[in-house]
Amino acid sequence: MILQRPTPHGGTGMADLFTVRDLHLSLPDLNARPLFGAAPRIDILKGLNLTIPAGQVTGIVGESGSGKSTLGRCLIRLLEPTGGQIDFDGTDITHLGPARLAPMRRDLQMIFQDPMSSLNPRHTVGRIVADPLRVNGIDSAEARALEALDRVQLGRDFAGRYPHQLSGGQRQRVGIARAIALNPRFILCDEIVSGLDVSTQAQIMVLLENLVAEMKLTMAFISHDLSVIRRLCDTVVVLRAGEIVEQGPTPQVFDTPAHPYTAELRAAIPLPEIDAGWLHNPA
Amino acid sequence: MAERGIPFRLWLAGGWLMLLCAAALLAPLIAPHDPLAQDLFLERLPPVWLPGSEPGYYLGTDSLGRDVLSRLVYGTQIALVVAILAGGAACLIGSALGLIAGYFGGWPDRIIGRIVDIWMSFPPVLFAILLVAVLGTGLHSVIIAIAVIDWTRFCRVVRAETMTQARMDYVDSALVIGRSRGGILLKEVLPNVLPTIGVLLSLEMGIAVIVEAILSFVNLSISSDDPTWGGMIAEGRTQIHFAWWVLVFPMIVLFFTVLSFSQFGEGLKDRFDPVLK
Repeated sequence: MILQRPTPHGGTGMADLFTVRDLHLSLPDLNARPLFGAAPRIDILKGLNLTIPAGQVTGIVGESGSGKSTLGRCLIRLLEPTGGQIDFDGTDITHLGPARLAPMRRDLQMIFQDPMSSLNPRHTVGRIVADPLRVNGIDSAEARALEALDRVQLGRDFAGRYPHQLSGGQRQRVGIARAIALNPRFILCDEIVSGLDVSTQAQIMVLLENLVAEMKLTMAFISHDLSVIRRLCDTVVVLRAGEIVEQGPTPQVFDTPAHPYTAELRAAIPLPEIDAGWLHNPA
Repeated sequence: MAERGIPFRLWLAGGWLMLLCAAALLAPLIAPHDPLAQDLFLERLPPVWLPGSEPGYYLGTDSLGRDVLSRLVYGTQIALVVAILAGGAACLIGSALGLIAGYFGGWPDRIIGRIVDIWMSFPPVLFAILLVAVLGTGLHSVIIAIAVIDWTRFCRVVRAETMTQARMDYVDSALVIGRSRGGILLKEVLPNVLPTIGVLLSLEMGIAVIVEAILSFVNLSISSDDPTWGGMIAEGRTQIHFAWWVLVFPMIVLFFTVLSFSQFGEGLKDRFDPVLK
């Protein structure tokens, strides 16, 4: 473990870390703003109810525009919901201001989709991974940052490099190292493999699986790729147009989808079915 | 990094600016004559390679018999002081306001934006002349006038660059790790805007030298006795038919200085920015 901390739930791992009730979020539509008066609001999230169990990986799936990233950003309070309630480990964090949120930040981490833009191009890898520790007043930040780099299987000599000197997969490993350095109680992964090529995706997935097992991470894993979700997640939430159409344990949702939309998504998973001899007999 | 040598233009621009700095610092040692000493027996001497010249007066003398080279060398002091102080002050004011407007948006952006719009609707040179007329002539009022007028250049560009940077995911990720908004602006966004500010600053230093020359030209800078490049150009203009060298040498020096400042900033950014590949 990078940081040893007692778990408030006695290590059963089955209590709910997040409880979300009737979550609403709307944003003003600036394109449709009339000459006078307020812009009309677009509802992004329309009353979501879900729980995220501690020690498990919860998949959030849905097509683009279904509100999965918005939901994720509400959970870690990068966005403030317009209605409903989010409880994190029994604390209502729905409308906490920056000062009240500050001590909780170390427990609410995120790995971003675009590893280039989410790493400051002018900071070294070592600084990027050590900053979360320094900002949160944890001592021996450098040593712990190097440990985090070890955990994501980047050599310690990467600490002196800049993001533009790394490959896409290496950058994403830095993003993961930054998120796990604080040993947070929750990590949001927003489409973290969709920008990577297929072989790198596979390596990152293996890394994540190992980290989840070793560190007993609680994660929300946002993806539009059901095969990725199926591999990593214990439970799944299926979103469509800001509403939850189905949620439940992954095997159940995949094997006996209750909603036609889930069945449709499942049917859209590309399977590697190839004819024998396809390489030698071009059509 | 090491295999990309230093580009030629950076050598050239940097070399010229080094030469100017040396001339300004070592003026009493370099200048062959007192820049203020008049000698009516030696008036309008041509440069040393032309017939009728006097040895020791390398670039000739003006209508009062003052040595042109010595006045150029001492004029460098004033030009560089103006470039550094006025350019630096405009840079500080404009960049600070631009960072705030670009990062926080909302009403700070609207207020600063309106001020910039109003500021830029004044014709700059007339504005400078008006300011110097109010503040009184002297080096300090020239510096204040340039800073007060030219901060808008920094503000507009820095605001736009800050807005671009503030939309990057690394700003969100800094929020996630618990940095305050002010901390993000100073530690995450500013380092990414700094190269742009550096280029603008070197451009502005060149512009400050020109504005000082313009103000000297209309006799609103410092006392006309003191050697300034603009003052020398103004004086040379009146006697271009008898003594072209009084006008031409300060203009050449001014031209190379302004060009060097702009090339130096761009060249430094190209060469030393680790993010540009």
